Amino acid sequence: MFRLSFVLAGLALASGAAQAEVAISVTYLQQEVERPPVLSNLDPIPEDLGMAGAELGLADNLTTAKFLGHKYDLTVTTVPEGADWAQAARQALANSPFVILDAPVQAQLEVADLPEAAGAVLFNASAPDLSLREAECRANLLHTLPSDVMRTDALAQFLVKRRWDEIVLIAGEHPGDQAFAEALKRSLQKFRLELQAEKTWVFDADLRRNAAQEVPLFTQEFGDYDVLLIADELDDFGRYIPFNTWEPRPVAGSEGLQPVTWSRVVEQWGAVQMQNRFADQAGRAMRPKDYAAWAAYRALGEAVTRTQSDDPAVLRDYILSDDFELAGFKGRAMNFRAWNGQLRQPIPLVTDRAVVAMAPLEGFLHQRTELDTLGIDEAESQCQAFKE
Amino acid sequence: MRLAALLAATALCAPATADEIWISNEKDDTLSVIDIETLEVIRTIETGERPRGITFSKDYSVLYICASDSDSVQVMDPETGEILHDLPSGEDPEQFVLHPNDKHLYIANEDDAITTVVDTESRTVIAQIDVGIEPEGMAVSPDGKIAITTSETTNMAHWIDTETQELFANTLVDSRPRHAEFLKDGTELWVSSEIGGTITVFDVETQTEKAKIEFEVEGVHPDRVQPVGFELSNGDETAFVALGPSNHVAAVNAETYEVEDYILVGRRVWHMDFNADKSLLFTTNGVSGDVTVIDVAKREPIKTIKVGRFPWGAAFRPTN
Repeated sequence: MFRLSFVLAGLALASGAAQAEVAISVTYLQQEVERPPVLSNLDPIPEDLGMAGAELGLADNLTTAKFLGHKYDLTVTTVPEGADWAQAARQALANSPFVILDAPVQAQLEVADLPEAAGAVLFNASAPDLSLREAECRANLLHTLPSDVMRTDALAQFLVKRRWDEIVLIAGEHPGDQAFAEALKRSLQKFRLELQAEKTWVFDADLRRNAAQEVPLFTQEFGDYDVLLIADELDDFGRYIPFNTWEPRPVAGSEGLQPVTWSRVVEQWGAVQMQNRFADQAGRAMRPKDYAAWAAYRALGEAVTRTQSDDPAVLRDYILSDDFELAGFKGRAMNFRAWNGQLRQPIPLVTDRAVVAMAPLEGFLHQRTELDTLGIDEAESQCQAFKE
Repeated sequence: MRLAALLAATALCAPATADEIWISNEKDDTLSVIDIETLEVIRTIETGERPRGITFSKDYSVLYICASDSDSVQVMDPETGEILHDLPSGEDPEQFVLHPNDKHLYIANEDDAITTVVDTESRTVIAQIDVGIEPEGMAVSPDGKIAITTSETTNMAHWIDTETQELFANTLVDSRPRHAEFLKDGTELWVSSEIGGTITVFDVETQTEKAKIEFEVEGVHPDRVQPVGFELSNGDETAFVALGPSNHVAAVNAETYEVEDYILVGRRVWHMDFNADKSLLFTTNGVSGDVTVIDVAKREPIKTIKVGRFPWGAAFRPTN
C-alpha cells in the first residue's frame, strides 16, 4: 500500500535527573504528486525536497534535547498516487498526533478531518493555497509555508516602493500558476496598483530553440510598461522570458525578482550557519519547502522546550500564544496568526544571485506588527475554525 | 619665542603613539586600527577570512583573531601586523574569551556546536565540549572557575566548569542568545537575546534567573530592537547594550536594571569597546560599515569613523 521509507530516531542523553519523560514523535507524511512535463529539465526537483528540512529540524531539536532530557524522532512516510492516503494518515496519527504534511490541499483536508486527527497538531509545509487559510481552514492545521498572497504582497510592496506602477502579467495555465496570478492581482489591488494588461501562456512549442523569436512578438502587444509579472509556479516557461521581451523591462514574480519563502542567497541574520548545516546534511541548497518543514519541526521543538510538555493541546496553545517566538534566520522573531494558524514571516525578494529586499519593506506600517502587512489580516479573515 | 613654540609643538606630539581601538571587518578580511587621539584609522591590516572575534593577550603583546572561514585562530604581532602562527581552533571559530590565566582560549565553533579550549602556549586543543547549536557568546568568570557559551539556536547558556572542562548547568534564555558577560565580581551573569529582545540576568551562585531587561526604542518596532554585544562602564554601574538594527545603544543602570538612555549610532550596531579610562565608547556598525564614538559621560555620539565592510569586533590596545 504505502511504504515506510525510514525512521530516524534520536535518543537524547539525559543530563540531570529525568522527570516525566517528554518524547515527541513526528511523521513527515508525503503524498506523491506527479509533476506535469516542463520545457527544461535543467533544474530537477530533489527527491528529498521538504523531508530534508524536517530532518534538519529534528537534528536542531535533538541538540537542545540533549541538555533537557527530551526525546524526538521523525518517521518519513511517502504515499504513492493511487495508494490509500487516508489509511496512511490514520496510521501516522495512531503513532503520534504530530504530523508535517507535504500534500495538495484536498489531501491535507482529508487528514485534518479524520476523527483520529481531532486534537492533533498538523503542519502544512507544502500548500500555498489561500483557501486553506480562509474558508477551508482547520483548527488542527497550522501553516509554516507562506500563502501565495504573503509572497505577492511582498512583491507588491516592492513595486510601490520603486513606483513601478505600470504593470503587465503573463500567467501559465496550470492551476498553481492561475492561483499565483490571482494572488498577484489581489495584492496589486491591496496596494492600489493597477494591472494594465494580462496574457495567458498557451504555447506548446519547445522554447529552448525559439524563445528569441516567440517572446518578443508575444510581449509586443503590451506596449510600454514598467515591469512584467510572471505567474509560472510550475517553473515551465518563465526562464525564457527575461531579455526576450519586446520592451527592455524587468521581470518579477515566478521569474526574475522572486518573492520566496527561502533561498540559498539568504545569508544575513545568522542564516549562513543554517544554510551550511543544511548543505552538509542534504548535499544541496535549502529550498522553500525544506524551510517550511524545518520551521514546522522547530516550532514544535521550541514549544516543547518552553513548556516541558509533549501534550498536543498544551503545545498548540503555546504555539498560538503571544509568548511563542521562533528565530527563523530572516531577521525577526516569527510567530503564528491566532486567527488562521499561519506562521508570520518576512519574505525575501531575491534573484538567483542576491537578496534584493526583505519584506515587509520599510514604510509599510501595521498596528500589530509590520509582518501583518503580508497576507490575510485578522479583519478580512474568513477563517472561523480558530475562533472557537 | 620661536623656541618656545617649537617646544610646545614637540610636547603636543610627545606620546608618539596614542592608544588604539582595533576593529575586525568581517567582509573585508582586514582589521582597522583607530587612533584614539585623532579618531582616525591609521592602519589597515590583512587577516585570514571572515575575521570576527578579536582579543588581546593580557599584556597586549599578541592579538588573537577568529578567522572564521579560514577555520583558525590567528595570532598577530600588533606592532608589525604579522601573523605569528595559527592556533588549532576547531571549525568556524566565531567568538572567544581569554581565561584570566592568560593561557586558555575558550572558542565558540559556530558550525560545529562545540566549544574548543586551546592552550595558547603549547598550541594544543586541551578540550572540546559539546554545546548547543551555533555557539556564539563566550564569557569567563573573574575567578576563572566558570566559562559560559551561549548557543543561538538552542537558546541556552551552557555553564562550563573550567577545572573539569565539563558542563555543569544549562539554562534557557530567550531566542538567539548572542553575548554574555560576568558582572559585579562574578556574582551576576548577563546574557543578551537578539530575537527575544531581552537581557537575562542570572544569579551565578544558583544559576537561576534573577531579572530580565527589556528594551523599547521610540519609533522602532520591537522586532527590530535586537540586543547583541554589551560592555560595562567603570564599577559595573552602566551597561551599554548594542541594539542591532534599531541603530541604538541602550544605557542600562546595572543596579536597578532600568534602561536610562538610548543613543543613536550607525546601522546594525554589533559590538563595542572602551578607551583606557572608559570615557569613550567605540561601537561597530555592521551595515553602515563604520564605528560610532560615544562620549560616555554625556551619552552622546561625537563622531563616526569609516572602517571596512561589516565591522564586527572591537578591542582596546594601550600603547603607552
